[in-house]
Amino acid sequence: MKYIKQFGIILGISFIGELCKNVIPIAIPASIYGLVLMLLILKLGILKLEQVKETANFLIEIMPIMFIPAAVGLLESWGILKGIWFPMIVTTVITTIIVIAVTGRITQFIIRSRKKGTHADIS
Amino acid sequence: MQTFLSHSLFFGVVISLIGYEIGLFLKKRFKKSYLNPLLISIVFVIGCLLLLDVPYDNYYEGAKYISYLLTPATVCLAVSLYEQLELLKAHKKAIILGIGSGVLASLLSVFLFALLFHLSHEEYVTLLPKSITTAIGMVISEELGGISNITVAVIIMTGVLGNMIAEGVCKVFHIEEPIAKGLAIGTAAHAIGTTKAMELGEVEGAMSSLSIAVAGLLTVILAPLFAHLI
Repeated sequence: MKYIKQFGIILGISFIGELCKNVIPIAIPASIYGLVLMLLILKLGILKLEQVKETANFLIEIMPIMFIPAAVGLLESWGILKGIWFPMIVTTVITTIIVIAVTGRITQFIIRSRKKGTHADIS
Repeated sequence: MQTFLSHSLFFGVVISLIGYEIGLFLKKRFKKSYLNPLLISIVFVIGCLLLLDVPYDNYYEGAKYISYLLTPATVCLAVSLYEQLELLKAHKKAIILGIGSGVLASLLSVFLFALLFHLSHEEYVTLLPKSITTAIGMVISEELGGISNITVAVIIMTGVLGNMIAEGVCKVFHIEEPIAKGLAIGTAAHAIGTTKAMELGEVEGAMSSLSIAVAGLLTVILAPLFAHLI
């Protein structure tokens, strides 16, 4: 019974996300509305973590396989990619490395400089 | 046999799962970071389809039921985020500046490569939302005059690539703080990267989940400004 209720709550929130997407005319997907809504009702205590936890962890664990069908679909996209595959692959690879490096280094720099700052305050 | 496989509802899901299990097994057995379970499963499924002569549309008829769970699973990322809420509050500034600079770095570097390769406006805006989640990215691409099908392909490639190289790139650039790692992976490689971040740890997973939403929304705001440049 536990899992039916948990899955029901998660699908219910997904449904409300879908509804938001339909009503609000901006480019935000149902999943993002749902994520924010779920976080909000957990934070407000309307929903207890125990009421969704196991099913949520299960869905997160199997999440990688949900991307397989779309990625296999790249096979079908070859026709439209043929003309621009070289600049596209180079851009994709290098910009991905740049974004990881920039985001990670800047975040780490701020976190660590603050840590040093608090140490200095204490001493 | 071939017609049976083409019309089976379970064949697509089963080969996807087998492919992923093979990937997990190989990764465990040989402990090499380039043995990425997601990539291996994709290659395995493509191989099966070509070998058994099953068209993609037929495969998708069955496999779409795994993709169906994508929205509920993304909603559930809120659970891991909720569990790290205190950490999130404590590092608000670092998180906002980190994701913000990542989004700018993404848009700016795509712009520079577009100049380098003399891409047309259409090709440029097609690549512009490449680091964010598919559902947002394809709409941005369409609105700015790009080709949304190609955008989807590029977003998925970015995600799979990010999933593969994130750990290595973090190591090379000495990114060691779990918060920094998570934000970097989520900002660069959206939900597909996040599945990798989840493997690395709870904090990494939560921060990566947060980045999907924040980087997506920032790109909605910033991409139109960059679109006019070419």
